[in-house]
Amino acid sequence: MKLKIIPIILIIFFSIIFIIFFKGLQKTSIYTPDENFEKNVPSFTAKVIKTGVENSSEQLFSGDQFYLMNIWASWCAPCRAEHNFLMKLKVNENLKIIGLNYKDKEKNALNFLKELKNPYDKILVDGDGTIAIDWGAYGVPESFLIHNKKIIKKIIGPIDENLYLDIERLIK
Amino acid sequence: MPSLIGSYSLFFGLGCSIFIIFFSIKNFKNSSSFDSKILSFSLLQLLFVIVSFIGLILSFIISDFSNETVFNHSHTTKPLFYKISGTWGNHEGSLLLWLLVLTLFISIFLLNTKNLLKNYRILTLLYQQIIIIGFFIFIIKTSNPFNYIYPEPDEGLGLNPILQDPALAIHPPILYLGYVGSSIIFSSALAAMSLNWVSKEWAKHIKKWILTSWIFLTFGILLGSIWAYYELGWGGFWFWDPVENVSLMPWLALTTLFHCVLVLEKKSILTSWVIILSITTFTLSMCGTFLVRSGILNSVHTFANDPERGVFILIFLFSLIFLALFIFFFFYKVENKKINSFFWLSKETAILVNNWFMMYFLSVVLIGTIYPIFLDVISSQQISVGPPFYHKLIVPFLIPFLLAMAIGPNLNWIKSDLKNKFYLFLFLLISLVLSSLIIINLKIDFLINTVLISSAFYLFFITTRDFIVHRFQNLAQNVSHFGFSLFILSVLFNNIFSSEIITNLKVGETFKTKDVTIFFEKITKKKEQNFDAITGKFSITNSKNIEQILNPELRIYNQPNIVTSEADIKINLLSDKFMTMNLVQNQNYFNIRYQHKPFMIWIWASIFIISFGGLISIFKRRHET
Repeated sequence: MKLKIIPIILIIFFSIIFIIFFKGLQKTSIYTPDENFEKNVPSFTAKVIKTGVENSSEQLFSGDQFYLMNIWASWCAPCRAEHNFLMKLKVNENLKIIGLNYKDKEKNALNFLKELKNPYDKILVDGDGTIAIDWGAYGVPESFLIHNKKIIKKIIGPIDENLYLDIERLIK
Repeated sequence: MPSLIGSYSLFFGLGCSIFIIFFSIKNFKNSSSFDSKILSFSLLQLLFVIVSFIGLILSFIISDFSNETVFNHSHTTKPLFYKISGTWGNHEGSLLLWLLVLTLFISIFLLNTKNLLKNYRILTLLYQQIIIIGFFIFIIKTSNPFNYIYPEPDEGLGLNPILQDPALAIHPPILYLGYVGSSIIFSSALAAMSLNWVSKEWAKHIKKWILTSWIFLTFGILLGSIWAYYELGWGGFWFWDPVENVSLMPWLALTTLFHCVLVLEKKSILTSWVIILSITTFTLSMCGTFLVRSGILNSVHTFANDPERGVFILIFLFSLIFLALFIFFFFYKVENKKINSFFWLSKETAILVNNWFMMYFLSVVLIGTIYPIFLDVISSQQISVGPPFYHKLIVPFLIPFLLAMAIGPNLNWIKSDLKNKFYLFLFLLISLVLSSLIIINLKIDFLINTVLISSAFYLFFITTRDFIVHRFQNLAQNVSHFGFSLFILSVLFNNIFSSEIITNLKVGETFKTKDVTIFFEKITKKKEQNFDAITGKFSITNSKNIEQILNPELRIYNQPNIVTSEADIKINLLSDKFMTMNLVQNQNYFNIRYQHKPFMIWIWASIFIISFGGLISIFKRRHET
């Protein structure tokens, strides 16, 4: 009798652990680090693509609508993946999308936009990648949602369906 | 091209499994001698996996960005060495390495066991094949390292710069040898159970595998720890990070296991312990893979957060656990219950006592690691378990643990007495006096420290005496236990005497305390292949007016754009001087962290000594007495 109870207890025990781990997987484990919350937009100046007009960060984010600062490059494959979502976001009137073209050739960048359409209200050039460092970016693509000159959300990697819905919810 | 060959090779490798299983089952029932076809197919499978792995390495070397893994983790400006080490510095590649080691080990196993029971070899192979097939499917289905992207990007995304480091380049392969070595122990324990062959002979044979895995695991952890010390810039070497814990747990299980195997080999007792620990060790290794790879935990080691992968490993892991349980309860018969009695004062009792302590440490680490997950699921609360938890629960129990470790080896098997053991008490007295003197002189009056240091000294003295008195009779055990006492002593003194200064400095400024003066002389800029370096020059003058120059560095990597801070460490026998600097955004000063850390080198050396003991044990012919 004793021998039968132990296996049953063990099986139940491991099954419970299994269920808990399984449930744990459904939860997202990416906690946004606190330091990225409500951080001020770094100050910088950058040239606009093609025209070469200098723009400072003060001017850029002065409006009271939301801004999405998107770091991208034509050579970056995941940028292609997120492009559709940027196009969808473009429809929102209270959101301006600013692109930061990262370590890219102007010609390639423009071709990229010609091919996939341009979601950006303004495109800045970051040829040597120094502006991206100011933003604390890890790589491309990366996006920052900005309101009142504060970064309210940082997205590392491409925007996907869930992140897209998040942004839509935040700017409502 | 290499990518394509690698990809096909992977499928062929999986195909081999079918033949291996077919011939094994046929051979298991019918013939009396081992079918050489099985061995040939195992070697063929190994060959395919090697080809596949080399294919991936080549793709990295030639920067073939049409391969998604290469694109995500490499860059043309990366030095060749890190292009190669980048192969296993990511989720897909590291799994391929797992598979490589799995197939390599089973081939070595087959080649090495020619004179053992035929059916035992076949069954071990079959159980191992279950694991191998699981990994093949996992790799092909959810983490194929040979995914193709089109159009081919011109440039890759680069390897995380903190991973671009020599220690970290070899840390994963070494650690995997340890992890995967435990798979052989698992399979062979299942096979031995199925055939009811858990015996002295089996113990003697599996002991080598246990020791080998243990040595690799120890080294792997050591390397990771050294890397964390100088690269992460906090000056610590163990952070109780979930992923570190995940490697510590199999280590604890494995350490316990080989002590048990020694007893099994000698006395034919503790069989259930050996079996359960064999299963536990591998389960913990797999569990580690699950926790790290599924993204259920958040840490530096989390390569990818893909729930599909998590679900796969989880189901796979629990299938193996249930398989093991099934075999344990249906095939394994505990024989000879009568010998399972222990005299209170004997070597096996000492080992058993310390086994229980090890199990206790293991449970503490296990609970600390997975409890946050449970809590999150059950109540949606997020907590993080930090060092105080582990310190409070583990440190007090180290005291009896150390004492038993010192006394145990000096007892006899079966039954011992305290005649001629006067020195055991003498040394205890000496240790107590010595550590009290140290503690009183340095005005650190914690009772627990005194007792802990005494017990560490006790082990230290006893093992030193054993070297002399027993004339290298028990060399392996002696060396390892001696190393462990050294380890505990260094960690304790390191903890008690470390000091730290954190301040902000501009170039040309000086920071003064009672003992030390830090002068920030200048910074220089330099361009390297894939990063720009800013090096600071600091002169440190101590109270005895001895000056030393430290050059911490900031590296701004080009791809991906990450700033890392490289510590400068001046090492000598007694202490390390450790310095890092960090950029403060939009300010013209740097954040400086200067640490004085005594006995750091002894921590590394002692772990080295511990594993060296294991090495001696493998190559030693004579039995332990």
